[in-house]
Amino acid sequence: MKTFAELNFPGRLIAVEGLDGSGKSTQIYLLKRWLEAEGVRVYFSEWNSSELVKSATSKGKKRELLTPTTFSLIHATDFADRYERHLLPLLRAGYIVLCDRYIFTAFGRDIVRGCPPAWVRGIYSFAALPDLTFFFKADLEVSLNRILEGRPKLKFFEAGMDLRLSSDPYESFRMFQGRILEQYLAMSRTVRGVRPRSPGWSSGWRQPDMPPCRWG
Amino acid sequence: MQVGLKRSTLVSEELERAQDGNILSRTTLSLFYATDFADQLENIILPALKAGFIVLADRYIYTLMARDMVRGMDETWLRNLYGIALEPDTVFYLAVEAEELVQRNLAKNATLDYWESGMDLGFSRDMFDSYVQYQTSMQAAFRQLQKSYGFTIVDGNRSVDAVTRELRKKIGAVLVAKSAVK
Repeated sequence: MKTFAELNFPGRLIAVEGLDGSGKSTQIYLLKRWLEAEGVRVYFSEWNSSELVKSATSKGKKRELLTPTTFSLIHATDFADRYERHLLPLLRAGYIVLCDRYIFTAFGRDIVRGCPPAWVRGIYSFAALPDLTFFFKADLEVSLNRILEGRPKLKFFEAGMDLRLSSDPYESFRMFQGRILEQYLAMSRTVRGVRPRSPGWSSGWRQPDMPPCRWG
Repeated sequence: MQVGLKRSTLVSEELERAQDGNILSRTTLSLFYATDFADQLENIILPALKAGFIVLADRYIYTLMARDMVRGMDETWLRNLYGIALEPDTVFYLAVEAEELVQRNLAKNATLDYWESGMDLGFSRDMFDSYVQYQTSMQAAFRQLQKSYGFTIVDGNRSVDAVTRELRKKIGAVLVAKSAVK
């Protein structure tokens, strides 16, 4: 797999990855505003936001119709639609594309749900790697507290209830997020030349001039 | 139990709408159909098979793979994607010449469907030409898949009765093998 720069695209793609509550969405929003103020042509794309696919995903989630396989495939469809209709043409036109979650989100979640890793990675092999990926490595407790503050109502799949880890949504969410964090950490270990920029929860992992991940 | 393409509870409406709008690029089209298939596989096909039913599938992964191959998708990628599917006990490929297909289609609908004519591929702006070229490419893709999956080819140029007699005879053999397992 190659990055957009390695594929000679004039644009660049920057992705943020991490758990819910790790601070990535806040930071990418600030990054977008900063780049816009600098006069850079920027496009922002969020996980699970394709106009074509969204209603099916939301129906599947509300009615609890999704299995690990269809959960994976419907998110891949959503990603493919955004990738082919928005990201590729914009990157060809020289835009800086900011992605709130990229393929690594699918690798983490789908594998935790029990999809075979090689199958999931094979499906996403049509996508080029980001030119830069920030992994927001926050402590599990910090992320959990940010989300669970005020005891919001957790949705079925959001809490990982389909995994039957616990009948309590909050407990299930904790266990589910913990497993996803393990996946992220395992992925970040396969990254070349990466080290935390500064200690503490807010440190993104930055990797200059290198493709962010290497898959076996 | 009967299943077919674009009949899933999960995504059939959205897929239909996207096709009407003609805004599907090839990877999205491919994954949309794969989702539709997986929904039916896990919620209908597998439970029915476990309960001892005979499942009749009007098209299966091979049509989806052939359509995507004609659109330039990588065969290895498709094999991985559809690695989730069970291989049918028998696959009948009803071989019909493209010229005969176009006649049957027009006799039935008096028009050719945009996607069935492969208009998204830009073979020709003439729908009739595009249809014939697209179906010819589809047949080449099926021949390619036949090499690894070994479909039973049935001559579909014959009458309904002649084809059905052959199918019954061949399905009979599958059913005998099934009762032998019991």
